[in-house]
Amino acid sequence: MNSRRFDFFLILPLAIFTLAFLILPVARLIAEAGSGPQGLAGFLVILTEARFRNSLIVTLLLAIVTTVATLAVATIAAQTLANRRFTGRGLLLSMLTFPLAFPGVVVGFMIILFGGRLGLVGSVTKSLVGTNVVFAYSLFGLFLGYLYFSVPRVLLTILAAAEKLDPSLVEAARSLGASPFAIQRDVVLPALFPAMYTGGALCFATAMGAFGTAFTLATNIDVVPLLIYTEFTLATNASMAAAISIALGLITWAALAIARNRAMRDVKGG
Amino acid sequence: MRRQWTSTAGIVITALLSLFLVVPVLLSVYAGLAVNYARGPSAGFTLDWVGQVWGLYADTVWRSLVVALLTLVVTLLIGVPGAYALVRKGGRFARAVEEIVTLPVAVPGLALALALILSYGGAGAFRQSTLFVVVGHVLFTLPFMMRSVIAVLETIDWRTLDEGAASLGAPAWRRFIDVILPNVRPGIVAGALTVVTLSIGEFNLTWMMHTPMTKTLPVGLADAYASMRLEIASAYTIVFLVMVIPLLIGVQLVADFTEKRTAS
Repeated sequence: MNSRRFDFFLILPLAIFTLAFLILPVARLIAEAGSGPQGLAGFLVILTEARFRNSLIVTLLLAIVTTVATLAVATIAAQTLANRRFTGRGLLLSMLTFPLAFPGVVVGFMIILFGGRLGLVGSVTKSLVGTNVVFAYSLFGLFLGYLYFSVPRVLLTILAAAEKLDPSLVEAARSLGASPFAIQRDVVLPALFPAMYTGGALCFATAMGAFGTAFTLATNIDVVPLLIYTEFTLATNASMAAAISIALGLITWAALAIARNRAMRDVKGG
Repeated sequence: MRRQWTSTAGIVITALLSLFLVVPVLLSVYAGLAVNYARGPSAGFTLDWVGQVWGLYADTVWRSLVVALLTLVVTLLIGVPGAYALVRKGGRFARAVEEIVTLPVAVPGLALALALILSYGGAGAFRQSTLFVVVGHVLFTLPFMMRSVIAVLETIDWRTLDEGAASLGAPAWRRFIDVILPNVRPGIVAGALTVVTLSIGEFNLTWMMHTPMTKTLPVGLADAYASMRLEIASAYTIVFLVMVIPLLIGVQLVADFTEKRTAS
């Protein structure tokens, strides 16, 4: 068998699967989105119809706030964990990465256990001040859920970069009298930036597309993925659901593509 | 060295973050074993809830295992040769193919599920079968298998290995099976563990694609969270944790092992 034919047979199963279950369905999705009562204007429905636009704005804000908060705590935790050796470090790191494998529904349930009607925070505040504080089903609960599934993956990305950072650089800056903030600004953060872009984009894209957490918390906040679900199953409006899916897919894909290019350029430049 | 206040603040924030991530998991384990969660530990502990979960949802556990294994088999058959083909080919074409194959990681699962339902919703028997869910899982996990194998192929000198075997007269497919595959085994093992873990936990695609006859574990969990008492929901979560945590530990062991081997 010559090498060209061998290459062909190696890639054939992948090509068939991708064509049948990715390329054709996505083409079908695009056709469906354009076949609604508004025709091609259906693609813009997420911007033109107030209900969808509001949902998009809430989802974008939630994703941005989640990304900023995740980057902040993950950067701090990564630096704290990077060059410290203590007993149980391996175990702690393992436990911090477990949530990576939790589906959104489980994350939602974790937030219910934390701040739901029978939650930990509620029972503590009840015994201290007499009121049962419940926040799991609010926008804040949703935010905590997003934080819960975002932190582990971003933390891992930044931790890998923080461990490569030479501690003697920080030491040198400190001995030259630089303040902690100057060290962060001039030494640490520039070194962590590529990892922060990548982690941040991943976090943003995941937060935009997250469905299970919002579904479990059953909030009255309609994030875009929940909107797609209700449009398709309850309103049986397939073309509307398809149009919103495409808009959402483009946003998450673009976020990841931009961050990847930026991170690559930084690595090449540095 | 004098401890800076910033480093103390870092330790406090890291500790709070760890508690935030770990405590709810411990709470769910406790709630699933407690006789009555609201009455506290004094009410005692029991395995009754876990038993009830098994009675109600055992089928979802088995189905998730079957789906995960089928997904693994398909990703191995498609992904491993595909990854080797892309590395052999290289260049712009390979990058474009990888970009397309990786799309399901970047695009929300709900959108993909919708695309699959719109395309194959009319194909009754296939739509109703567990295989339909498997297709969704393969779509989502394939990039992880391929990335893992490609990463290993990029660190080994596959060209020299392949040419060496060719000079001894081995045909191309024998060289792939006897020479290349054993050399990428760490990548395949890491990829396989990731695929199984992701498949068992997959919800977004599965929730849209499942039928009452093809419920997986996370779909059952969503059902339990919505309609069962807290103890049963927690006991069901314990079943899920028991299934994925050994896999996660496996992923980490393989990663540590590979790191040590490449370092030495």
